[in-house]
Amino acid sequence: MDEKVVIAKRVALEMKSGSLVNLGIGLPTTVANYIAPGLDVYFQSENGIIGLASAPEQGMVDPNLTDAGGGYVGAVPGAASIDSAVSFGLIRGGHLDVTVLGGLEVDELGHLANWTVPGKMIPGMGGAMDLVSGAKKVIVAMQHSAKGKSKILKRCTLPLTSVRRVNLIVTELAVLEPTDAGLVLKELAPGVTVEQVIAASEATLIIPENVGVMPISENETTAARA
Amino acid sequence: MHKATNCTKAVEMIPDGATLMIGGFLGVGTPNRTIDELVRQGKKNLTIIANDTGRPALGIGKLIVAKLVKKVIASHIGTNPETQRQMIAGELEVVLTPQGTLAEQIRAGGYGLGGVLTATGIGTTVAEGKQVIEVNGKPYLLELPLHADFALIAAHRADYNGNLEYALTARNFNSVMAMSADFVIAEPDHIVPIGVIPPDSVVTPFCCVDYIIERCN
Repeated sequence: MDEKVVIAKRVALEMKSGSLVNLGIGLPTTVANYIAPGLDVYFQSENGIIGLASAPEQGMVDPNLTDAGGGYVGAVPGAASIDSAVSFGLIRGGHLDVTVLGGLEVDELGHLANWTVPGKMIPGMGGAMDLVSGAKKVIVAMQHSAKGKSKILKRCTLPLTSVRRVNLIVTELAVLEPTDAGLVLKELAPGVTVEQVIAASEATLIIPENVGVMPISENETTAARA
Repeated sequence: MHKATNCTKAVEMIPDGATLMIGGFLGVGTPNRTIDELVRQGKKNLTIIANDTGRPALGIGKLIVAKLVKKVIASHIGTNPETQRQMIAGELEVVLTPQGTLAEQIRAGGYGLGGVLTATGIGTTVAEGKQVIEVNGKPYLLELPLHADFALIAAHRADYNGNLEYALTARNFNSVMAMSADFVIAEPDHIVPIGVIPPDSVVTPFCCVDYIIERCN
């Protein structure tokens, strides 16, 4: 299975019926493809729509209906359009259940850095700081390493997105949960060993006696529930 | 008051050095005809308050490429390499602000508030130089209000009184900015007779809107 599919399928299992969810651009967006059918999840996009749906077929787009990356999307029946103040009121005010974001670095304190590489990449934080500070649950969905360097560090070296501790980190190798004691290895991806995860992490991981395996299916487009 | 005017006359009112709020999110809900006219008239030393700077050939990006801007306050410039280039070269001042904070600063400016307290940015580079105020044991950043000389906003429909309706994600910052400038210039897709937009459908009330750009110059 493709590494990014592993991540998306595992993150999809965190979605609960009735949730309001914000998916970041890129890998996080693909989580929507693996959410169990019939699960009553609404997607919020910070540019001002609650009830985002996948892009309509070619020739059926509305130029005034886009996601936060500027891509054309659809909306489910019952969707609501809102302005930017309301949108971020939902995000900061405890109305958004889950946000899934990509990451450049995460550390033992559960801090996330994902908005800038000073001197190299200065895109701006967009909505990321509000999302990480405000959402009820923050899930970081990212690859464990980049260019051979671990992204799971003792301490972030890049400017932080927030000092709020994220709730869960999902990579192609493992599920990690930041706690008061540090990063706990909760699950392994199918076929991955504890030693492989330790070797791929600069951070010191807490290894419980029993480490589970991600309950994701190999061949279905929709992840099977454990 | 007769609010309908054309693009040329509306933009002629904007002096060099003005502070402009411009609606839109990556070009969606951006007043494109007004921006094209700003470029055509070559307004200079503008300060732009906006969510983003579009793309080089899209929306606010055109103002950046034409070098009409001295300062930008925005949440995201990643889709416009020219903004980043001018910033790194020291030709353009850029203040990067979290998107929700930017919306609240603009809202505060239009709602008569002395600022807003937000937990967003605490402990990050965004907090540098800002006052931290503790409320019920929790730290918040004091973010100050923003105000503009002109707000340039895009709407779906306007009536000739200036009531505005928006379309889907093209609303974004437009309705917030319509409260926060000395003069508000609205560029609607359609202008309809007064009474066609029912009161319950009005998002921006007519009293906020000073000028409505007609479809043709």
